[in-house]
Amino acid sequence: MNRFRGFIKKEFYHIFRDRRSLFILFGMPIAQILLFGFAITNEINNVDIGVLDHAKDATTEEIINKISTSKYFSIKEFIEREADIEAAFQKGEIKAVLNFEKDFSRNLVKDHRATIQIITDATDPNTANTISNYTSSILRNYQQELNTDINMPFQVIPQFRMVYNPELKSVFMFVPGVMTIILMLVSAMMTSISITREKELGTMEVLLVSPLKPVLVIVGKVVPYIFLSVINAIVIVVLSIFVFKMPIQGSLLLLGVVSVLFIITSLSLGILISTVSATQQTAMMISLMGLMLPTILLSGFIFPISSMPMALQVISNIIPAKWFIVLLKGIMLKGVGMGCLWKETLILLGMALFFILVSIRKYKTRLE
Amino acid sequence: MQSQQVIEVENLTKMFGAFKAVDAITFNVKRGEIFGFLGANGAGKTTAMKMLIGISNPTSGKAKVAGFDVFTKAESIKKNIGYMSQKFALYDDLTVKENITFFGGIYGLTRAQIREKTTQMIADLALQEVAGQLVGSLPLGWKQKISFSVALLHSPKVVFLDEPTGGVDPITRRQFWEMIYKTANNGTTVFVTTHYMDEAEYCDRVSIMVDGKIEALDTPKKLKEQFGVKTMNDVFLKLARG
Repeated sequence: MNRFRGFIKKEFYHIFRDRRSLFILFGMPIAQILLFGFAITNEINNVDIGVLDHAKDATTEEIINKISTSKYFSIKEFIEREADIEAAFQKGEIKAVLNFEKDFSRNLVKDHRATIQIITDATDPNTANTISNYTSSILRNYQQELNTDINMPFQVIPQFRMVYNPELKSVFMFVPGVMTIILMLVSAMMTSISITREKELGTMEVLLVSPLKPVLVIVGKVVPYIFLSVINAIVIVVLSIFVFKMPIQGSLLLLGVVSVLFIITSLSLGILISTVSATQQTAMMISLMGLMLPTILLSGFIFPISSMPMALQVISNIIPAKWFIVLLKGIMLKGVGMGCLWKETLILLGMALFFILVSIRKYKTRLE
Repeated sequence: MQSQQVIEVENLTKMFGAFKAVDAITFNVKRGEIFGFLGANGAGKTTAMKMLIGISNPTSGKAKVAGFDVFTKAESIKKNIGYMSQKFALYDDLTVKENITFFGGIYGLTRAQIREKTTQMIADLALQEVAGQLVGSLPLGWKQKISFSVALLHSPKVVFLDEPTGGVDPITRRQFWEMIYKTANNGTTVFVTTHYMDEAEYCDRVSIMVDGKIEALDTPKKLKEQFGVKTMNDVFLKLARG
């Protein structure tokens, strides 16, 4: 046991004396969570738009008022001619233009219909989409206000209620994703690099010649990273609660348990990578290309899995991060317990055991 | 006291598929002897040594190191040997003292023993000034001497040195060989591989491997007589060129 303690102490010296690994361990999680939380967002706020009002009557004024008083839009300029729309978009100052037809109020009264054209800048398709949704919903509300006194014989009134994230805050979606990426990065990449480093420097050979058992060598390399990953997970959760007011609906204990499970899965992947790579650089490349990319792209963190082509949906099942994200969202946002999450937990547990077994086998054959 | 043979090897063979990396080598090394293990690159010396230090399983043959069988008692062998790799494998980002503490620790030395050894080593190698410095900041020659002393921390019966003097200057090599002599005088067997033929002259006995086989084994003096040449370099060239 004394030997083992010395080994872990040495591991911490390595970590704390290397600025690069310190940055990845502690700078990165905080930077990422703040970046994703504040900068990268699907919500729109105060989008600058333009208005081309051919009618200039009471109704159009009322609609324009409604739109400009919403927190989503601010009216940047009034355009006079159709021909100027293109130029306004090209300058890039506005993201959308509302084009009211001539005689808007009169048409509304006479024909019971009037048209607004909503033109959006779709160089950024997501924003364009969101803008059209928001404007149409404002217009729908206005329309309902107009219709209150008239009794329509048949009405279908959709009522929307967004559960688990009623304000549709994107940070709620990013926190589980960022947590997954950070834990994967710290656990898999850092361990694989730290093990291959010993190989590269020749110290691994010296350790294997020593009476220390090979398994203990690996466990000793991994334990500090389990510890640091847990600290990282805690930092991320604390940041999301206090900075982004994210509620943790479910049990913190369960959150801890599944996080440790995912950390162990990632660590065993890291050991696996280290057995197949001879240099730190290779280990880093394999971790980035082989783990980080699939984790970001195929885990459902950014792109919904249900809208992927069938082949990718199948592949996504072998990505541990996919199951971890489901677990995190379940626990953090929905507040559900093991009763609903046993399947994902079992899958993750299975993966952890599988990778541990494979990496032990690989590690042994390498010694032959 | 058991037999004076610290390393006993008989027909030791290692196959990689159909390739015989080490082909039925046989030799003994006595206690306190400096045994030079020579051979060109790829002749099989590293593979042979790896079998003796317990990190590679032999295919066939017999071998005992420090009285323990390499097939069944590799763990006991590990406790009784020291090993210094070609890369002077110390941790650059640990100080001299931390390195000593760490390696002492994995060989199971107690804290008191480690303290005692550290003081002794710092005095022996005149490391007072640099004991608290990171090893990475020290010149290669120092690292090499420290690395050798670290391999001897747990007072092993045999110490294996894998090309210990690669890339260091002649003066440091000289000092290093003085350390080897001192170690052997204290009764520790030294098993050393080297490329430098002048170093072969310093060994008590020398074996030369060619294509997995030991082609010559004797004292440097007798080998020179046997081949009718003046230096070990010529002996080596004659053998290697067939």
